[in-house]
Amino acid sequence: MSFEADFTEQDDAGEHILRFTGRLTVARLGNVPRRLEELSSPPGKADVSAVDRVDTVGAWLLHKLNRDHGATIIGASDDAQRLIKQVSIADDPAKTRPDADGPIARMLRGIGRGTLEAGSSLLGLLAFFGGLLIATGQVIANPRRFRLHALVERFESVGVSALGIIGLMSFLIGIVIAQQGAVQLRQFGAEIFTINLIGRITLRELGVLMTAIMVAGRSGSAFAAQIGSMKLAEEVDAMRTIGIPPMEALVLPRVLATTLLMPLLGFYASFIMIVGGGLLCWVGLDIPPTTYIQRLREVVPLTDLWVGLIKAPVFGFIIGLTGCFQGMQVQGNNEQVGLKTTAAVVQAIFLVIVLDAFFAVFFSSIGWG
Amino acid sequence: MSGDPIITVTGLRNSFGEHVVHEDLDIDVRQGEILGVVGGSGSGKSVLLRSIIGLQRPDKGEIRIFGEQVDHTSAEQELDLRRRWGVLFQNGALFSTLTVAENVQVPLREFYKNIDEQLLSEIATFKIVMSGLPADTAPKYPSELSGGMRKRAALARALALDPTLLFLDEPTAGLDPIGAAAFDELILELRSTLDLTVFLITHDLDTLHAICDRVAVIADKKVIAIAPIAELLELDHPWIQEYFNGPRGRAAAIEKAA
Repeated sequence: MSFEADFTEQDDAGEHILRFTGRLTVARLGNVPRRLEELSSPPGKADVSAVDRVDTVGAWLLHKLNRDHGATIIGASDDAQRLIKQVSIADDPAKTRPDADGPIARMLRGIGRGTLEAGSSLLGLLAFFGGLLIATGQVIANPRRFRLHALVERFESVGVSALGIIGLMSFLIGIVIAQQGAVQLRQFGAEIFTINLIGRITLRELGVLMTAIMVAGRSGSAFAAQIGSMKLAEEVDAMRTIGIPPMEALVLPRVLATTLLMPLLGFYASFIMIVGGGLLCWVGLDIPPTTYIQRLREVVPLTDLWVGLIKAPVFGFIIGLTGCFQGMQVQGNNEQVGLKTTAAVVQAIFLVIVLDAFFAVFFSSIGWG
Repeated sequence: MSGDPIITVTGLRNSFGEHVVHEDLDIDVRQGEILGVVGGSGSGKSVLLRSIIGLQRPDKGEIRIFGEQVDHTSAEQELDLRRRWGVLFQNGALFSTLTVAENVQVPLREFYKNIDEQLLSEIATFKIVMSGLPADTAPKYPSELSGGMRKRAALARALALDPTLLFLDEPTAGLDPIGAAAFDELILELRSTLDLTVFLITHDLDTLHAICDRVAVIADKKVIAIAPIAELLELDHPWIQEYFNGPRGRAAAIEKAA
């Protein structure tokens, strides 16, 4: 015997009767719902005496026959009758999604919301910066409140554990610059200038910039995620009620850690890039290490090192600040943590690159070009 | 009302590293009953639930649901088992990116691809209303709902496939007494309408008194007693006495008698 739900239509004494068979359950419905929509004439009765099981979905279909066509249900078991009664009580049509806007309204709303969000995010970041300055002032006035332990912990996670990946990245970038530079300069017989290229570009730009991107991805995102989940778990509120300012306990050590470590990491990255470039010069261009170092000392002015080292703490500050700021913006649900973490990284890298452009103009106009 | 066992667990052992949660645990759930499971915090009530529904692989032991041994089933049989039970997780576990109605539709869409949209949304709506929520919650997102409403929405999802077996993990935790009592009523009502068997983990003494046919007590890594609550009260195990005859237990019993 087949369990599939089915029905036949009959005309009996001027009345249109549907006779159901099989199981009226969601698993066995097949095409019955569609056929019920396309009935040739409105049924007066629905006979379910041959049906051996009914679930809520089956009961709902029967209820609809009754509601839409006034059909009486006959031959229903006690269970089926009870189910039909229950679903008829629960019949209260509603939408399954909130109303959507038209495409133009949605676009306009999107632009408006985006503008507002960008504006309020920038303003918020400024206010956050102010809050951090106040917290710093308070800690300076009362140095006992400084959390050295938290700072040292951040030193490890932001700095020491990043040495491996930053070193590897820098080494490879050094090789790539040297190799690409050599290929282009060879056309002019000026391969020796590869050394100028490596020395100057790594110290001035790439060492610090690549490190900033790596730190934003590693630590800025981690800050946002940590602080964000602490906010969701009401840990930040708990801190406030106990009397620990989150700015002082959570934000200051993190921002300080990235600010202090970026120059060190940036210098380290530049150094490794120069080593990588030197290795390629030695292997690929037959320039021995002694010549490489001697030439570096001749062509790279000390100001190049200062340019990199002055930029680095600013970048570190931006990364720490945006990471913590976005973390503190989390509210509502877990999805926010992911969104704000992404926002922290994107915002940090964007601001770093914008600032880097300003620095480039500034340094060349003071004659450090 | 109570018939053959539809869940039988024998000789269950669960451990996390050195820490043994269950040792030689036996429990059975009979057709049509509401079985309450109690135990101290950390006694492994949720682990037992997770073992039964296959989220946690036990070290040892046999678990049979509807007569089939759970960890010896093919993928197909397992899917078939899964559509015969519904689970209400402790915090609802609603999908946060979907509306309540879409949450209820998820299992339906997964198992029955040929139901058309119109019928799907009708089913979602009546399930939501049957779970005691107003119909206008259907297009809302879980984050817009209160804790109690979220539990009911999660119940609507658990009931989406018309399961015959329902697992509830602390359904009344975090609800106010009025909401909790209404939830108890709802479970009783659904049990009689939908012919459900309910496996219920709870700390709520009122719930235990109000709706459970039998209560299983987990302590010392096993089920130390499983009986109607009146019989449990007769036992002189110290934990059971403290649990049911402590100040809170007595209050709930008096309320029940009144």
